[in-house]
Amino acid sequence: MHEGAAVNPWVALAYLAAGIFFILALRGLSSPSSSRAGNRFGMLGMVIAVATTLIVHPPANWTLPYSWTEVGAAVGIGGLIGFVTARAIKMTAMPQLVAAFHSLVGMAAVLVAAAAFLNPIAFGIAEMVPLAGTDGLYTPVIHSVSRIEMGLGVAIGAITFSGSVIAFLKLNGNMSGAPILLPGRHLINLGTLAAILGLIGYFLTDQSPWVFWTVTALSFVIGFLLIIPIGGADMPVVVSMLNSYSGWAAAAMGFTLHNSAMIITGALVGSSGAILSYIMCKAMNRSFISVIAGGFGAESGGAAAGQAIDRPWKRGSAEDAAFLMSQAEQVIIVPGYGMAVAQAQHALREMADKLKEHGVRVKYAIHPVAGRMPGHMNVLLAEANVPYDEVFELEDINSEFAQTDVAFVIGANDVTNPAAKTDKTSPIYGMPVLDVEKAKTVLFIKRSMGGVGYAGVDNELFYRDNTMMLLADAKKMVEEIVKSLD
Amino acid sequence: MDFISILSIFVLACFVGYYVVWSVTPALHTPLMSVTNAVSSVIIVGALIASVAPLPIGADPLPKWLGLVAVGLASVNIFGGFAVTARMLAMYKKKTK
Repeated sequence: MHEGAAVNPWVALAYLAAGIFFILALRGLSSPSSSRAGNRFGMLGMVIAVATTLIVHPPANWTLPYSWTEVGAAVGIGGLIGFVTARAIKMTAMPQLVAAFHSLVGMAAVLVAAAAFLNPIAFGIAEMVPLAGTDGLYTPVIHSVSRIEMGLGVAIGAITFSGSVIAFLKLNGNMSGAPILLPGRHLINLGTLAAILGLIGYFLTDQSPWVFWTVTALSFVIGFLLIIPIGGADMPVVVSMLNSYSGWAAAAMGFTLHNSAMIITGALVGSSGAILSYIMCKAMNRSFISVIAGGFGAESGGAAAGQAIDRPWKRGSAEDAAFLMSQAEQVIIVPGYGMAVAQAQHALREMADKLKEHGVRVKYAIHPVAGRMPGHMNVLLAEANVPYDEVFELEDINSEFAQTDVAFVIGANDVTNPAAKTDKTSPIYGMPVLDVEKAKTVLFIKRSMGGVGYAGVDNELFYRDNTMMLLADAKKMVEEIVKSLD
Repeated sequence: MDFISILSIFVLACFVGYYVVWSVTPALHTPLMSVTNAVSSVIIVGALIASVAPLPIGADPLPKWLGLVAVGLASVNIFGGFAVTARMLAMYKKKTK
């Protein structure tokens, strides 16, 4: 086994310390009270990693000021852009931002892998070998293990990049959230994937530039192909999955550079994204494979939506809603993606405050896939100053609906559909749902009766005797209810 | 470090990640994503090595520029990721009684 350049034990320890701080950063998130300290541990870990690197690898021309200037400028410009964006971004736009950030990690991994390929001696992953047929000319030959690691690193990085760009465009509305289905896409995808793996294998015997660049190009293509058939509603899974990939990309580069901070971080992030994907899939009762295969929400719609038109349903006004809720003992609010779209979270908190003045107990029930990324609703409610101890997860609050006077559904749909429990033919059958129909009254805010949820199925709930439909823009309706509560 | 030591670190870190992430409260899953985003930009270590590495005399400076661009991209992520996480976490408050 080849050894890299002699490693100073202090350097190895410093990178290990950085890795430990990253673990603590994630550990802090087990509760909101410890999370802020956790975030600071993360920053500390990053400072240690960067400082150690700059001490061990000082700029080659360190006597010349421009070398430091270049690095300083890159960090400065990038850092400023990142910081300003982070400050200005709206909380409702968080899924797009996270997707954009993932794409940057992917691109950085590709660039680092490319730089390592072009200048392997600097990374300590190659040996100078005399060039055959010449006199005294040497050429770098990259270690075999490093070739595999580098190939995997560039491939995962490129997939993360192009996949995240598509996810960003879909989440940001620059591209329709509807799945785009190419004919024979499974065959194309599997073929491309096989070609990438084959070429990485071939890279072992031939370190020609074309092999490296073809792997890179094909990986960009497959990242794109993998995400376009996935619909908007499956985005929580996609964003988590890309999160995971960005971790594996960092880990692969860590293997190449023999750097424990990168390996530990990559493994942490990789498992984190994988676990989140698993939680999201479970909350939709779908297999990971079926999400990746894509197309959900594209085929079903038609029949189910058609039959629904002529069933009787009740319509209520803001005054009715205000009266019902002010008389209630307990109200449970069920927010969904529609609340984010309408930016109704602040008005909603105002409504809750008014209700509390009337002596009503207010709680919030969050389904794991409400919104476009894991925890999306929790952040929006936190932004609107809703105390986090009023916000409950599905399994913690579901039994309470039966003792609740009013369930107030705002911008959620499929996650409240009782058909998921009873109708075996429904595409969402088996998905865990919130038992809102068990509440004495259900108030359901919806733009119009025409639209269906993302699964393309009609919701049983609309036609029940204890449901009152509030047809309006979510924010306007809530504001009117607030006025009526005065 | 030889390959087996590196692999051992990796496998153990996967297990640590598994247990640590399961203990994250679902309410903080969005900050979890943004902070993992920030820390995975530790890839900046590789970018820095590339951008400051000595190049053979007369060699194409491309690797250096690739490295510098990667340093810039990773910096966007590091500063942006930690800042947006801090901003979100500051919003999580308990009921004031």
